[in-house]
Amino acid sequence: MGVRLMDQAEIRRAVTRIAHEILERNKGAGEIALVGIAARGDDLARRLAEEIARIEGVKVPVGVLDITFYRDDIGLRAEAPEVKETRIGFDVSERTVVLVDDVLFTGRTIRSAMDALMDMGRPSVIQLAVLVDRGHRELPIRADFVGKNVPTQTDDLVGVRLEETDGEDAVVMEEPR
Amino acid sequence: MKKHLLSINDLTAEDVVRILDTAESFREVGTRVIKKVPALRGRTVVNLFYENSTRTRISFELAAKRLSADVINFSTGGSSVAKGESLKDTALTLQAMGADAIVIRHSSSGSPHQLTKWVKASVLNAGDGTHEHPTQALLDLYTIRERLGRIEGLRAAIIGDVLHSRVARSLSFGLVKMGAEVTLVGPPTLIPPEAPAWGVQVSHDIDSVLPKLDVCYMLRVQRERQRQQYFPSVREYSRLFGLTRERVGALPEGALIMHPGPMNRGIEIDSDVADLPQAVIEAQVTNGIAIRMSLLYLLLGGTGEEVGEVA
Repeated sequence: MGVRLMDQAEIRRAVTRIAHEILERNKGAGEIALVGIAARGDDLARRLAEEIARIEGVKVPVGVLDITFYRDDIGLRAEAPEVKETRIGFDVSERTVVLVDDVLFTGRTIRSAMDALMDMGRPSVIQLAVLVDRGHRELPIRADFVGKNVPTQTDDLVGVRLEETDGEDAVVMEEPR
Repeated sequence: MKKHLLSINDLTAEDVVRILDTAESFREVGTRVIKKVPALRGRTVVNLFYENSTRTRISFELAAKRLSADVINFSTGGSSVAKGESLKDTALTLQAMGADAIVIRHSSSGSPHQLTKWVKASVLNAGDGTHEHPTQALLDLYTIRERLGRIEGLRAAIIGDVLHSRVARSLSFGLVKMGAEVTLVGPPTLIPPEAPAWGVQVSHDIDSVLPKLDVCYMLRVQRERQRQQYFPSVREYSRLFGLTRERVGALPEGALIMHPGPMNRGIEIDSDVADLPQAVIEAQVTNGIAIRMSLLYLLLGGTGEEVGEVA
């Protein structure tokens, strides 16, 4: 059931390529900090940091951001959305913050994440890295680094599964039931 | 979770864990440069206080403001209540103005419950008579879990005027619900006769209880009740039930000393005891904001329609 869009090797290569692209775009790892959006964006951010350390020999700081309090649909669902952990142990001001998420879809999560980051300081640049871009943006937002572009229907379900959280690496698309 | 928070007994143990976990995230918000999130933008929270309570009101006010809600403080002095308006009419007025949550403190037990019959807003009990003070109990549970890593299996004593204390009732229910062992300590006149039915032990001898405790929770002596002869004198009370410097030595290493405030230094707790490192009274206050943010978020962050158990 479902179509497998990426397997473990493809995810690994995509992460490696994105790490190279981040370093190339920013001319090294100097001012870079990675902030992964919970859940799974933080797993990807840690993998990117490992790759950057391997390639460049520099340890970049990694944080995890929960955007729940910045969502634009609070009060529209029956239950308040579940809150996850935010842990950013460095000052984001004057840094190039690369936001990392698993899937880019409507862009609303990224809007929330940018608002949250701005409340923590004043990054000099914010960039966006995603494993999958599935289109259907509802806001004027685009990714700087993309693992794979996937054409989808609006109601398709795209699921990223990662070893750290789900026990395996895979990107799967399921049609709506 | 239910729509209102009237009693600790409205909550399941899972609800309590969810409230404490969510509060954890709000503690993190409290450490940011901008200690404010937009979660409840456009919502209105009314603080309806029929009894004076500076600390609880300020705590709720800050909690609501840090969630970006609009806050209206309605206290009885100098308001329509002073002109004789009934609770019901006040409630209907607030309803007509579009309040999403009403935080009520009232000297009559049960008034928050009454309020839920008249308004569509979520009602949060901020202390009603001698009945309950659930947000205080939740911030105490949070503080205990934060400091000791768990609640289940801990041994706690709540010491003092249990009879008139809504804090003692709510905290007893909360601790028992979360699997702690609770002993109520005080003179026989100040322990409610029905207390054993709460699932707690009762003792009249503080010195036999202290050496076994993980949490030593001191209640405020409500001196206004002294006229009614519940105990012979404040001095005698202090000698028999006060947490003195000498008694602190009987507490096991690592045991917490807690107090809901405001303290009567020198009566139920010695002044220098309140300033010891194991006294977490200031942490209780700080955590109170996070707990109230958590509650407002969880109660107002949904559509308010009753839903089944949370997955």
